[in-house]
Amino acid sequence: MIVTLKRWLDSDIGYSFRSSPTALVAALIAFICGFAALFAPWVAPHNPFDLATLELANARLPPAWYAEGSKAFLLGSDDQGRDILSAVIYGARISLAVGLVSVVLSVLVGVTLGLLAGYVGGWVDAFLMRLCDVMLSFPAILVALLIAGVGRALFPNAHETLAFGVLILSITLTGWVQYARTVRGSTLVERNKEYVQAARVTGVSSLRIMRRHVLPNVLGPVLVLATIQVATAIITEATLSFLGVGAPPTSPSLGTLIRIGNDYLFSGEWWITIFPGVMLVLIALSVNLLGDWLRDALNPRLR
Amino acid sequence: MSLLRVEHLVVEFPGRRGTLRALDDVSFDIAPGEILGVVGESGAGKSLTGAAIIGLLEPPGHVAGGAIHLDGQRIDKLPPEQMRKIRGRKIGAIFQDPLTSLNPLYSIGRMLVETIMTHLPVGAAEARQRAIQLLKDTGIPAAEERIDHYPHQFSGGMRQRVVIALALAAEPQLIVADEPTTALDVSIQAQIITLLQRLCKERGAAVMLITHDMGVIAETCDRVAVMYAGRIVEIGPVHEIINQPSHPYTRGLMACIPDMSRERDLLHQIDGAMPRLTAIPPGCAFNPRCEQVFERCRQDRPELLAAGATRAACWLHAQDGAAP
Amino acid sequence: MLAFILRRLVQALIVMVAVALIAFMLFQYVGDPVVFLLGQDTTPEEASALRTALGLDRPFFIQFWHFLGNAVQGEFGISLRQGIKVSQLIAERFPATIELALVAALLALVIGVPMGVYAALRRGSFLSQVFMTISLLGVSLPTFLIGILLILVFAVHLGWFPSFGRGTVVQVGGWSTGLLTAKGWHHIVLPAVTLAIFQLTLIMRLVRAEMLEVLRTDYIKFARARGLTDRAVHFGHALKNTLVPVITITGLQLGGLIAFAIITETVFQWPGMGLLFIQAVNFADVPVMAAYLCLIALIFVVINLIVDLLYFVVDPRLRIDRAGGH
Repeated sequence: MIVTLKRWLDSDIGYSFRSSPTALVAALIAFICGFAALFAPWVAPHNPFDLATLELANARLPPAWYAEGSKAFLLGSDDQGRDILSAVIYGARISLAVGLVSVVLSVLVGVTLGLLAGYVGGWVDAFLMRLCDVMLSFPAILVALLIAGVGRALFPNAHETLAFGVLILSITLTGWVQYARTVRGSTLVERNKEYVQAARVTGVSSLRIMRRHVLPNVLGPVLVLATIQVATAIITEATLSFLGVGAPPTSPSLGTLIRIGNDYLFSGEWWITIFPGVMLVLIALSVNLLGDWLRDALNPRLR
Repeated sequence: MSLLRVEHLVVEFPGRRGTLRALDDVSFDIAPGEILGVVGESGAGKSLTGAAIIGLLEPPGHVAGGAIHLDGQRIDKLPPEQMRKIRGRKIGAIFQDPLTSLNPLYSIGRMLVETIMTHLPVGAAEARQRAIQLLKDTGIPAAEERIDHYPHQFSGGMRQRVVIALALAAEPQLIVADEPTTALDVSIQAQIITLLQRLCKERGAAVMLITHDMGVIAETCDRVAVMYAGRIVEIGPVHEIINQPSHPYTRGLMACIPDMSRERDLLHQIDGAMPRLTAIPPGCAFNPRCEQVFERCRQDRPELLAAGATRAACWLHAQDGAAP
Repeated sequence: MLAFILRRLVQALIVMVAVALIAFMLFQYVGDPVVFLLGQDTTPEEASALRTALGLDRPFFIQFWHFLGNAVQGEFGISLRQGIKVSQLIAERFPATIELALVAALLALVIGVPMGVYAALRRGSFLSQVFMTISLLGVSLPTFLIGILLILVFAVHLGWFPSFGRGTVVQVGGWSTGLLTAKGWHHIVLPAVTLAIFQLTLIMRLVRAEMLEVLRTDYIKFARARGLTDRAVHFGHALKNTLVPVITITGLQLGGLIAFAIITETVFQWPGMGLLFIQAVNFADVPVMAAYLCLIALIFVVINLIVDLLYFVVDPRLRIDRAGGH
C-alpha cells in the first residue's frame, strides 16, 4: 500500500499534484470536510437532532466571538437552540452522501448505456444519442425539479426515505448523459479496431471485450467528469433543498439549513444561514479545484 | 555580402527534466537571390531553424546563443515590435499545410490587403489592385472575382498559391518556406515549386527551402545544407552534395533514394535511427551509425571542414591528417 | 440550406410533441384531469359532464390529441393552488421573467467576453489569475447562495438596493415592464446580477478556452509571420474566430438562464414564471407544471432554431454553396 502510494507520488501525476499548491490545499480541505462528515457523531460537539438535548434558552445565540455568544455553541444557535456547528457537520454529511451516491449511480448508468450504444449500434445507438441531445439541451435543474414535483404529486405524504430517493433519482437522471457520450465515443473507436474484431471471431464474449479493452481507455475522462460532477451534484442538491423539494428539515442537508436560516436574515441572525453556506462553498470549491487539476494533469496536450 | 547570416545559433527548450538543446551551433549564409535547401529527417531541426530566423519560436524555446543577421542588421535580439516590422516586410514565410494556414472567416482579398497595408505606404484602393496583381502572378484565374472568395472555395494547390501570394505581398527579400509541397498532391507539387522558384527569381528574393524531399532540392536549389540532430553536417552546392557527398550521412541519404535506372534487389538504408535530442552521443552525433567511424569521432565534435567542393562536419576530412 | 431548415423544424416538432406527451401524462395520471380543468369546486354534474365530453374512456391517442389541441391554444386548465386559469397566470408572469433573463444575459456577455479575452491574451498575469479565481468561485457558489449573500451585503447591511419584488411597473400594451421606471431598475439590479454571475463565469471560461485554442492555430501563426500588428492578430483574426462558437453556445445557454431564473426568483420573490413554477411544484399544482413545461420547451426549441440559423449567417463556410471553382 505504501509502495503503491510512493510509486504514484513519483509518477507524472504525482509530481503534478505535489507541485500544485492549489491541488494540495483543495485535497486537504476536501479531506477534512469528508472526514468530519463521515465521523459526524464523534466530531460534532452536539447532536442537533436529539430533541431531548435542546433547550429554548440556548436559542438564537450568536457565534462564540460575540459578547452574547457561548463557547458551547461556537458558531451560534438557531431559533430552537440547535448548535449551528453541529448542524453544519451533520448537514455536510447528508450533502456529501447524496452527492456521492448520485454521481456513482450516474456513472454506472451512463457508462453502461454508453457501452451499450457504442457496441450494439444501430437504432439503439441512434435513439440513445438523440435522448442525450435532448436531455443536454434542458437544464438539469428543470428536469430535477420536474421529477421532484412529480414525485411529490404522486406520493403526497412522502416518507423521508422516499424524499431522498426522489432527490437522488433526479440528480442521477440529469448526470448520466456526459458519461454515456464519452464512453460511447470510445467504444465506437475500440470496436472498429482489428483486435476487437479478431476477438469476436474467436468467440470472446462482447462483455469481456468491453470490460478489458474499452473500459481502461475511458476511465481517465470519466474520472475527471465524475470529480467535477460531484461538486455539481452537491450544488444541485443544495439548490433543490433550498427550493423546498430536496432533503427534508428532519434530516437537513446544507441546502435545507440555508433555506431555514434565510428567514432569519432580516432579523439579524445571519449565522444561521451563512455558516452552512460557507461549508457548502468550501466543499464545492475544493472538489472543483481537484477536478480542474485532475483534468489538466491527465491532458497530454497541455504538458 | 550575404543577405542572411546565421552564426553559431543555439536554441534551447528549458523543461522539467532539464534543458533540451534543439539546435546546437548552427551556422550558414544565404546570399541575396539564392535558393538554399535545408534537408534532414524529421526532428533534425530544420523547421526550428526557420522559426528562429523569423522570430516565432514557440515558448519556452528561445535563442540561447549565437546570432542571426539580416542585411547586416542583427535580428535575433530585437524587441518584439521591431521584429514584427521585419516579419512580412523583409522575411516572408510559407508553411506546410495550406488548409490550416488561412483564416476560414477572412476572404483572401481582405488578408492580402491587410498584409500590404501593414507594411507598405499605400491606400486601400491601390492595395487591392496590388492584391489582384499578386493573385494573377501566382496563377489564380479570374483574380478580380476570386479575390473576394473564402479559403474553403479553393482547392489545395490554389490555396498554396494564395499562401505564396500572401508571403510575397509585402515584397520581402527572404522567404522561409517550410515544407511548402509536402501536404499537396504529387501532381501539384511540381507546379507550386516551379511557381515559387520563378516568382522569387523575378523579385530577387532569396529562399530558404526546408524539405525532406531530395527531388525538390535537386530541381530548385543553388546550395544545400544537410541537418542532423540539431546540427549542420554538410553544406555546399547542390550538384556536389547530390553527386559527390563528403559526409557519411549525406552519402547514406543519397544512397537511399531509389534509382530507377539501375537494377537493385534491396533498398539501401542507414542502420539505426537519429538520436533523440535528449540522448545525443558525445563527439560527432552520427558516430553510432557511421560505417567509417574511428576513435576521434566519439570524442570530439567536428566543425564544418572543407571537403572538396562542400564543407562537411566530419573528421575524415581533417587537414591535420588525424584520420586513419 | 432549405433542406437544413426543414430538417431542424421537423426535429423541433418531434421534441415538442414528446414534451407535450410528458405534460399530458402528468395531466391525466397524476391527479384528476377534471379537477385540473374545472377547478376544485365543481359540482358532480359538471364533473361527469366534462368526463364524458373529454371522453376519458376513449383511447389514449384521442385524449392526447385533445390535449394537444388545447395546449396549442394555451388552454391548460385551472391552477389548483390559485383557482385562476393557468394561461392567465403565466401571461401575467411572463414579462417579469423575460426581462430578468435578458438583462442578466446582457450583463453576462458584456462583462464575461472582455474578461475571457483578457485572460487568454494576458495569460499568467495577476489580473487574469484573479479572473480565473472569480470564475472558480462562480462555479462553486450556487446561485441561491450568491443571491442571499448579495441581499445580506447590499440590502440588509448597506441598504443600497431592495431585496424583493419588482418595484413600479408600467403597462406597455399587454406587457408589464419594470425597465421604464427608476424604481424598476433599482429592483432588477440584485436579481439580474445574481442570475448573471453563473452565466458570466461560463462565458468567461469558454471565451478564454476558445481563444487559447485559436491562438495556437496555423493561421494565427501565419498571420504573425506576415508581420501583422498584435491588434490585427488578436482582435481581428483571433477574436472573430473565437466569437463564432461562443455566440452560438451562449445562445443555447440563454435557455438555461430562464431555468435558473427559478432560483433567483425564489430568493428575491421576483413575480415571474419561475416563482410560479416552484410554488406549483411545492403544491403539486399539476396544470401549472404542465403548462410551464410546454412553454419552456417551446422557448428552448425556438432559441435552438435561431442559434442554428445564426451559424449560417456568421460562418461563410456554411453560407456559400460549393460553386467555387478549382
